[in-house]
Amino acid sequence: MSTALVSCRNALVLAVLAGGVVAAHAADIGQVKIAKGQVTIERQGKAMPAAVGARLQVADVVRTGADGSVGITMDDDSLLSAGPNSALSLDNYAFDTTTNQGRLDTSLNKGTLSVISGRIAKQTPDAMTVRTPNAILGVRGTEFVVSAND
Amino acid sequence: MTDLLARLRLVAALAVLGAVLGACASGGTVVLLPEKDGRQTAVSVRQGDKEVVLDQPYAAARTNAQGPRAYVASPQDVNAQFGPALAAQPARSARFTLYFVEGKDEFTEQSQQVVYKILTEIAQRPVPDVLVIGHTDTVGSDQANDALGQQRADIVRAALIRLGVPADDIRALSRGKRNLAVPTANGVAEPLNRRVEIIVR
Repeated sequence: MSTALVSCRNALVLAVLAGGVVAAHAADIGQVKIAKGQVTIERQGKAMPAAVGARLQVADVVRTGADGSVGITMDDDSLLSAGPNSALSLDNYAFDTTTNQGRLDTSLNKGTLSVISGRIAKQTPDAMTVRTPNAILGVRGTEFVVSAND
Repeated sequence: MTDLLARLRLVAALAVLGAVLGACASGGTVVLLPEKDGRQTAVSVRQGDKEVVLDQPYAAARTNAQGPRAYVASPQDVNAQFGPALAAQPARSARFTLYFVEGKDEFTEQSQQVVYKILTEIAQRPVPDVLVIGHTDTVGSDQANDALGQQRADIVRAALIRLGVPADDIRALSRGKRNLAVPTANGVAEPLNRRVEIIVR
């Protein structure tokens, strides 16, 4: 399978096109590699604890408590890690593993986030964005930190 | 007297309102960090039609109601505010390359040694996932090379599974001739481009 495409807008279309062919893994866009203290994943209105190894899907919101921190490897090799009292939303994700074309849009609604961008931003500058409540960051293949509402 | 009192009340009320609005619109910080390999990179920080581009290590922007304001952060600032986030960064991926004996489904002898390094790396990771990416030289069409790259990646994936790596943890992909190790013109047979890249993360 050469492509893995998932996004808010086209997930339904893809599901229809792909029928039953898409394996469970195809919806995975990243994985929790590190989890300390309280870390939860909110998916379709339900919260579940985020254990190391948990796989993430588009539209998931990852939250950390006052003692929490979490490290995520996205499927395109982007590394996202959040400190305590953070809320990170994985808004939109599309990645073609053959061409490396794609999009990765995330929102940091509160807290702190460190980002090492991956193959999407390397292939296409500004195809990766991080939104905060008052700004939009365009990523041009890089390593940075961002905070929101502090 | 009553006039003055009313004015004072108004001033106090405005001060409270200002503080509340200020808190609602409270901003954030963005700091560009140095790249490990010294590459030139950048992050743009946009608020409406105002933009600041951070393109030097520790170039920073404070975002608030007035738009992004550029400044220079210190490593101490970054550690104080972002220490826990930075400490939670997953390990960077480890990369390996295997070469094939020409015309065969066998690794070169040198590549046999690399296989053991790959297994060691996988064993060290808490929740390993492995990408096996097939590459080709530039002989043939995109379509043919995408298929050939996939074939090579599938062979390596099967070999790793035989060596005990769980099948669920390995994916085989192809980039065909899109990512040449040795840049060549189209139609050039180049052994160093006929390779499989393994990414352990």
